[in-house]
Amino acid sequence: MEKTEIYLDNSATTRVYPEVANLMCKIMTEDYGNPSSMHTKGVEAEKYVLEAYKTIADVLKVKEKEIVFTSGGTESDNLALIGAAMANKRAGMHIITTKVEHPAILNTVAYLKDEGFEIDYLSVDKFGRISIDELKGKLRKDTIIVSIMHTNNEVGSLMPLEEAGKLIKSVNPACLFHVDAVQGFGKAVMPIKSANIDMLSFSGHKIHGPKGIGVLYVNEKVKIKPISYGGGQQKGLRNGTLNVPGIAGIGLAAKMISDNLSEKREKLYELKSFFLQEISKVDKVSINGCKKDENGEFLVKETAPHIINISVKGLRSEVMLHALEEKNIYVSAGSACSSHSKKESSTLKAMGATPDETDGALRISMSEFTTKKELETLIVELKAVIEKYGRFIRK
Amino acid sequence: MFSSFIIKYAEIGVKGKNRYVFEDALVNQIKYSLMGSGTTYKVSKTPGRIFVDFEGEFDFDDVIERFKHVFGISGICPMVRVDNKAPEELYKDVIEYFDKVYPDKKKTFKVKARRANKGYPMDSMELNAEIGGQLLDAFPELTVDVHDPEIELVVEVRDKIYIYSETIPGPGGMPVGTNGKAMLLLSGGIDSPVAGYMISKRGVKIDAVYFHAPPYTSERAKQKVVDLARYVSKYSGPINLHVINFTDIQLYIYEKCPHEELTIIMRRYMMKIAEMIAEESECQGLITGESIGQVASQTTHSLLVTNEVCKLPVFRPLIGFDKEDIVAISKKIDTYETSIQPYEDCCTIFVAKHPVTKPNLGIIKKHEENLSEKIDDMVKEALDTREVLLIKRDN
Repeated sequence: MEKTEIYLDNSATTRVYPEVANLMCKIMTEDYGNPSSMHTKGVEAEKYVLEAYKTIADVLKVKEKEIVFTSGGTESDNLALIGAAMANKRAGMHIITTKVEHPAILNTVAYLKDEGFEIDYLSVDKFGRISIDELKGKLRKDTIIVSIMHTNNEVGSLMPLEEAGKLIKSVNPACLFHVDAVQGFGKAVMPIKSANIDMLSFSGHKIHGPKGIGVLYVNEKVKIKPISYGGGQQKGLRNGTLNVPGIAGIGLAAKMISDNLSEKREKLYELKSFFLQEISKVDKVSINGCKKDENGEFLVKETAPHIINISVKGLRSEVMLHALEEKNIYVSAGSACSSHSKKESSTLKAMGATPDETDGALRISMSEFTTKKELETLIVELKAVIEKYGRFIRK
Repeated sequence: MFSSFIIKYAEIGVKGKNRYVFEDALVNQIKYSLMGSGTTYKVSKTPGRIFVDFEGEFDFDDVIERFKHVFGISGICPMVRVDNKAPEELYKDVIEYFDKVYPDKKKTFKVKARRANKGYPMDSMELNAEIGGQLLDAFPELTVDVHDPEIELVVEVRDKIYIYSETIPGPGGMPVGTNGKAMLLLSGGIDSPVAGYMISKRGVKIDAVYFHAPPYTSERAKQKVVDLARYVSKYSGPINLHVINFTDIQLYIYEKCPHEELTIIMRRYMMKIAEMIAEESECQGLITGESIGQVASQTTHSLLVTNEVCKLPVFRPLIGFDKEDIVAISKKIDTYETSIQPYEDCCTIFVAKHPVTKPNLGIIKKHEENLSEKIDDMVKEALDTREVLLIKRDN
């Protein structure tokens, strides 16, 4: 008998749409040609790639030639930052990002710092948002890249991309604006034009597509260099045999997740509201990254629809996570620093959370398949966990 | 070129009338070590030595590595095995052997022929002289030294003819299964796998018990222990690993006993449970990785208090070892990398900031009376619900 599982760790990865898996299986076993081959087998395979370019360009409302396929979100971020920094360093060596980016950004700018670039980090308020004033103060004539995430992966805060984009281009039209949208793509319409975004990264496996594939949107005007070399595929910007099943998979997944997007968003916001209202009544629980209005209602629409972050006082994330796991409920620790290394940066820490709050943080991340019933079960089980283990605290 | 091995053994040679028991155990362990190697071979015993003859292709380095895991082997001689043939043909083989094994010919040597097959046309003395002369003719740089040669080349004439000269050291010790059985208290740390290895080296068969504390310890922590047991089982033969769910007992002690005594009382119950399983598994002792003074629960006072619960002898092979010595052995037996994986950081609530280092047995026993209401049932429950995994080398 298959056990019913409740998977609420969709910001870590998602279940692949069966349609995507079937398509990929067909490509791997039947249409397995190399798009670079001249024979029919190659042409057949190339069709899938061309279709994916078109689908993704349509979803993003950009040109097909502005799409680059990579091995995932991390590579997209690396290519965007390193590729653009190297191509534009004569214009300046200054880069701005935020303190709460994913390690794919933070460790890449750390590398660029070693290469002589100067990095500035924007701080966040207690809801995990950057301030436009701080960005204004830090933007300079020699700033070549600003990289700001769309949706924070730990707490689900949304960054003010449109204001940031307008500000950047008004201060310094040549400065490039990169957005890491790994957590945001598929959960919101990407504001590429309205926020003056030059480059945008997203990943396949966060949108019910396969692992090992990502996209980097690069505006046709952007000067960028490759970061690895080879057979000249993708106009020489991203070399290597095209990952045809992955590319077709991410194309179909991007299309499927974008269908009826506003309805899906409404549903997720309702679920998030419901969950926050209920869980905030539980003793020892506090909510991270979501404001309340004067009536005590959570202002969920100011945050991402799918990511919820809470802290339980006196209990450690891992203990709750493993206890829930015994009930086939899968969530994740809510703070990067509580999971393994204390040294790791964490959004919660940057938001000014106490050690108690980061140690006891849980992230619940939903997908379009999440149901109210699942959240109700989670609430019941989480209450039971708090009841059972809450009294055993370190003395 | 090598196709046979002589397995030399040391200590077991002196065991008088029981020698066949030891030899049989060694043969069994040799067969176990070759499990899954994909080779075809025959093991045969002659007085004082064991022959392993391989048929067809095999990976020489892999086989040597496997033999190095068999306790009781003092040396491994790789041999060239040829069909019984006329002396003139044999000389060619010997010259070829010598040429391949010793690229540098500036050596002293002697030939030691053994004619077990009395039907062979030349006796040992004649073979010695003739082969020696042939080698000198072939390689003029060689010199003969019958007293202290660098190379002693053996040519053994049996049904087949064996040529060998090198001995690779084995691990020593005694064949597993010749010295009873003991129960290892296995944790995910560095010490306990080493302790198991050391006792197993004295010919003791081992089973193991692991105390699992979900949700405070994760599935990965348990997997780590399984992996460690597998490394040990490459030496010790199959291990029955008893996984005890210890959480409820731990929490009960936490509630009922002074916090500083938590670890020591927990350890007493671990020993108690381990002993129950040991008796039921017909073990003659327990094995722990304790080393005097390493942590608060391993002071001589603490050892006295934990030892007190056991009737069986407790083997503590690391008792006088420094940590670095233990680490050196764990690296040698490949358990170190697994042991240092950081999966067990949420048990900290059970560790007092200042645990007792000189526990008093009377006081500890008095405090254990606080547990009298439920503890026997809980121990029984833990034993009844245990999981038993058969761990053996998997390749």
